[in-house]
Amino acid sequence: MAEMMKGNEAIAEAAVRAGARFYAGYPITPSSEIMEYLSWRMEEVGGSFVQAESELAGINMVIGASACGVRALTASSGPGISLKQEGISTLCDEGLPAVVITQVRYGNGLGTLFTAQCDYNRETRGGGQGDYRCIVLCPSSVQEFVDLMAPAYELSEKYRIVVIMMGEGTLGQMMEPVTLPDFVETKRTPWALTGKYDYKKIGIFERDSRKEAVELREKYDAIKENEQRWFDEGIEDADYVFVAYGVPGRATLGAIRELRAEGEKVGLIRPITAWPFPEKAFAKINPACKGVITVEENATGQLVDDAALFIKKTHKDRNIPAYALTYVYNTPPIRSIKADYFRIKNGEVKEVY
Amino acid sequence: MAATRERKVPALVDKPMDFCPGCGHGIVSRLIMEALEELDQLNNIIFPIGVGCSSNLGAGLECDRLHCCHGRAGAVATGMKRVSPDTLVVSYQGDGDAYNIGIAETFNAAYRNENITVIVINNTNFGMTGGQMSLTTMEGQKTSTSVHGRDCSVTGYPIRFPEIVAREFPGAAYAARGTVTTPANINKLKGYIKNALQAQLNHEGYSIVEVLSPCPINWGLSPVKAMERIEQELIPYYPIGEFKKRGEEQK
Repeated sequence: MAEMMKGNEAIAEAAVRAGARFYAGYPITPSSEIMEYLSWRMEEVGGSFVQAESELAGINMVIGASACGVRALTASSGPGISLKQEGISTLCDEGLPAVVITQVRYGNGLGTLFTAQCDYNRETRGGGQGDYRCIVLCPSSVQEFVDLMAPAYELSEKYRIVVIMMGEGTLGQMMEPVTLPDFVETKRTPWALTGKYDYKKIGIFERDSRKEAVELREKYDAIKENEQRWFDEGIEDADYVFVAYGVPGRATLGAIRELRAEGEKVGLIRPITAWPFPEKAFAKINPACKGVITVEENATGQLVDDAALFIKKTHKDRNIPAYALTYVYNTPPIRSIKADYFRIKNGEVKEVY
Repeated sequence: MAATRERKVPALVDKPMDFCPGCGHGIVSRLIMEALEELDQLNNIIFPIGVGCSSNLGAGLECDRLHCCHGRAGAVATGMKRVSPDTLVVSYQGDGDAYNIGIAETFNAAYRNENITVIVINNTNFGMTGGQMSLTTMEGQKTSTSVHGRDCSVTGYPIRFPEIVAREFPGAAYAARGTVTTPANINKLKGYIKNALQAQLNHEGYSIVEVLSPCPINWGLSPVKAMERIEQELIPYYPIGEFKKRGEEQK
């Protein structure tokens, strides 16, 4: 039975049910309700909660808990996630799993409180120093967010990688009907530090970083091959294929269904993994399609780089144009997406690539 | 002729550590291991390790350890201890790591009274990167970033962190400073370290032991002269002793 819940609270409860037993973080709008909820909830389930002195400390506490084999969580937004990047890179370097939630808000520097998709490049390209990636999940509803929490931990432990739950301010702040998943039973990971040295870890000065880099690439190739997730509709015969994730992905689904009803041959790819990018979806696209169109909550267009890369890689014989419809400070309504689609169709919008 | 005793190396130490001649780190590492052995905790220890010369500790140990981001051992130790309350968690850091870049994490772990032990090797400079000025550099001390001698009017005065813990954090279990200059001081320091570990074992709260330690290479002194500098210059400013004893009420 679905119950109306605020996004951040449903997500926090879903994390607990997915086995998260340690949370450390620092308040920031629009993600704070996650830590508020966990500040009392963790204790009820025998977990630990620390209100950290900074996002920097928060991610480093997550490192400590994860190193000891416990499912650990932190959540933040915009500048807070920037502060966590060194720690995320370190988790990657140590092969430690963790889930990091970001409820994205718009802006550079301090930014704003508006819901947004301006951090796509940071999340999908690693974000911190070095040569690594995180798995990035980008749900489009509170229910999908909740349903992805347990898979997020499973992926992070399977590949010993950080999983970023890339939400949006909207997903944290809105209420939607939610059916909560059952509790997952977890045990400490085999590589946990227990104080007994039963997992023989070699010292940093004995590591062969170049060899490790090659192994890391093999891991990332396996993730790219096995873990692409997406939703698609109407792309096999489409003249234009939209690419959009998150809440704009939902709005775009509404738009393509209305456009179809009006006789327009349009389809949608909605990535559920932003990394690995759902390249395989592009093989299903009508080879005669006239363009791909990203719908993004940002000003400069970020998703369009990936959409263009993979449409041109998959359909090499034709230079299919890639367009970006960018909307700042807003989730675009269906009518705006439809109106802008017709501008593209009428040649009024220049392609990006 | 006196009977010679076989030198016994604590079981957790499996390799030589690459410290410079005359460095104090090796003595402190050994004291920690001996203390763990005497407390029967060799099988119940995790070291979150700092960045700098302190990193060399991790290279020589045969036990659970994690190299932390520079300065963040206080936070990493917090995460470890919260999920492993019955395992000893001992951070091992230098003054640059614990005080300069890591003051927020060091301070806040003490402020929350995390049940961890913090060992800080204070050699009054950044040893590994070539002897730059740190928060513990003495007034007038020449370093590679204070070539005319530290000017405290624009760089601040050397910090005495264990004293801050003892004075400002009523819940903290133990705060002390020792040194490695003489056998007597080494024995005293071992006692401080054991006290700190015992406090953690008994869930008494936060414990910190700072160690005045020679850095002959970066100080430009011979090992013997470096020990003399500690006695003559450092101890008058950085007193050795226990500032907060176990079971002691806040004054």
